[in-house]
Amino acid sequence: MSLEIVVVHPDLLGTYGDGGNGVVLAQRARWRGIAAELVDATSGEALPTGDLYCLGGGEDAAQTASAERLRDEGALERAVGRGAVVLAVCAGYQILGTSFAGADGRAISGVGLLDVRTVKGNGRRAVGELLAEPADGRLPQLTGFENHGGLTIRGPDVAPLAEVAAGVGNGDGTEGAVFGRVIGTYLHGPALARNPALADLLLSWATGRRLEPLDDAEEAALREERIAAVRERRLRHRVRYELGSSS
Amino acid sequence: MSAGLCPVSAGSLPVRTRAAAAATRAVNGLSRRARAGHGTVAGGRVGLALDPLLLERLAAGRPTALVSGTNGKTTTTRLLAVAIEGALGPAAINATGSNMPAGHVTALAAAPPGAPAVLEVDEGYLPRLIATLGPEVVVLLNLSRDQLDRTSEVRMVASKWRRALAASPATVPVANADDPLVVWAASGAAKPVWVGAGLSWREDAVGCPSCEGRIGFAAGEDGGWACRCGFSRPPLDVRIDGDDVVLAGGRRLRVALALPGRFNRANAVMAAAAAAAMGAGWEDAVRRVGEVDEVAGRFAVVGVAGCAARLMLAKNPAGWRELLDLVCPGERPVVVGINARVADGRDPSWLWDVPFERLRGRTVVATGERCRDLAVRLRYAEVPHRTVRDEVAAVRAAWMAGRGAAAAGPGARRAPAPVAASSAASSEGQVDFIGNYTAFTDLMARATRTGA
Ligand SMILES: [Zn+2]
Repeated sequence: MSLEIVVVHPDLLGTYGDGGNGVVLAQRARWRGIAAELVDATSGEALPTGDLYCLGGGEDAAQTASAERLRDEGALERAVGRGAVVLAVCAGYQILGTSFAGADGRAISGVGLLDVRTVKGNGRRAVGELLAEPADGRLPQLTGFENHGGLTIRGPDVAPLAEVAAGVGNGDGTEGAVFGRVIGTYLHGPALARNPALADLLLSWATGRRLEPLDDAEEAALREERIAAVRERRLRHRVRYELGSSS
Repeated sequence: MSAGLCPVSAGSLPVRTRAAAAATRAVNGLSRRARAGHGTVAGGRVGLALDPLLLERLAAGRPTALVSGTNGKTTTTRLLAVAIEGALGPAAINATGSNMPAGHVTALAAAPPGAPAVLEVDEGYLPRLIATLGPEVVVLLNLSRDQLDRTSEVRMVASKWRRALAASPATVPVANADDPLVVWAASGAAKPVWVGAGLSWREDAVGCPSCEGRIGFAAGEDGGWACRCGFSRPPLDVRIDGDDVVLAGGRRLRVALALPGRFNRANAVMAAAAAAAMGAGWEDAVRRVGEVDEVAGRFAVVGVAGCAARLMLAKNPAGWRELLDLVCPGERPVVVGINARVADGRDPSWLWDVPFERLRGRTVVATGERCRDLAVRLRYAEVPHRTVRDEVAAVRAAWMAGRGAAAAGPGARRAPAPVAASSAASSEGQVDFIGNYTAFTDLMARATRTGA
């Protein structure tokens, strides 16, 4: 049996390199001897049946088009009902919520797989390194790059993925959302390239197996560097602030 | 040349403009001498502060062409300036990277009155420049995603181009008919020149800009495209056929280029078509662009710590795809360099849109400030590689690895492989370096200093 990994609407939600999440999942499965099939499911065709679905970031008009298509089709909800695993990033995360703000600020209905809604932020886009401490203590720190204008408000039924250590995330000090086997996040990078432990968590959900560790030395080096870059920037800011206030 | 384009003397410019132009030149001279910069932008800013209309006034009375698009701007600008030199004389041209108004002012302030101007223009600034300068020709190369942490959406840019061109009826767009977004922008103009320049990156072009439907592309790179709504590739005025360019009347000319790659052929044909629209002869234009062998260091073979490296610049997935086509197949070691400074875009996630898988089987070294992002990307592409943060050390490492066993014994040189014996003589010991913007410019600066 082969693991079916579906990258959802790369023609609409492929603007931020998040298609890499599918590549990471497929390779980490194959390197452990688990056959994996990576499928690019463009918006013009029916969403195929899969074990794992990845949604990425995209531009406003494309995000609306993708949400409408997924809502009309209903295939993603059915897949989740069957136990499929979903990782949705940025615009994809917002699409999985109950509603999000379109280009003109109007609320657009989402797929409703996560009890979150996203509203237009107050002006400045959140752009920069995002570092977050996962609610699930078994996962190490999450690192990535965020680039979004929305504020995401969680309903009572959905847990945050992590607490923000640096950056903006949802906008209330938390980052992302988890419900069952569905994860939404603002982490680009792509998320799974910078957080292989998160990739393995998704794979273990999808396969029901415990996975043996891989040699992730290069991922570890990248993580170390990005986490250090965030710390260094905060230190610089603090020094500037203290110098500024003493004068 | 039409009557409106006759050269004006400096004396016809207002005093304020002459003073502002002089200040532009003076500040640029100072900044060059102080080595504070390349002396291309600071003076332009001062000049614009003294006379906000400086750009329009300096451009008045010149035959002017603007060149814009996501990829190929710098190369095409240079090729167009060369192509019109025989017909119109030496052109004012902005230095690489200075493609916003301060850079344009600098270029024009340094040029004699009446000299033609060929200006590379940032995609976002193009509508404003079309409106203020009313150029004779605008070259529209392509539109695809560029730096991800900028927020300009390519579709919005195309719509703004379209409105600006519709409002400037005397301007002739020389437009890439293979890019639907470019066609959308240019089809509102009075008399566009359609060039079949090709498009290898279609991920940003599948959504129809006219109806939001999906555009279908015919198989192969040179195929047409059409949407169900009727929006489709216009009939070509100029097309590329192998090594030839073919004009609408059936006239055929051989284009022999010193620059490598399919995309440079496209840039050269776009430049020649623009030159023809400005009054140059096709034959003369094609001959002149053929002689250009490097543009602002791109494709130059330079010495880096005693090794010969061919330097190439790619700023986004479309550009990387073009250069991977150029270096693969091949057998030279490849050094790939990535930075993520403001000029590069601070998020290198786009690396995952680049088909690095094509480098399998090659000697590959990852370098630059974000070499660790690149190393992870190459790992998942199953491309064995080394990671060397310093660019010069990386070129050196690739060169040594490329010499293989020969490196073990001093002086024991060996041809890289028997299959390419004829080309080996010229490429032996050469390394291909592909970097994004600051990775490329950093290495170019260090290579010049090395002077090897
Ligand atoms: Zn259409």
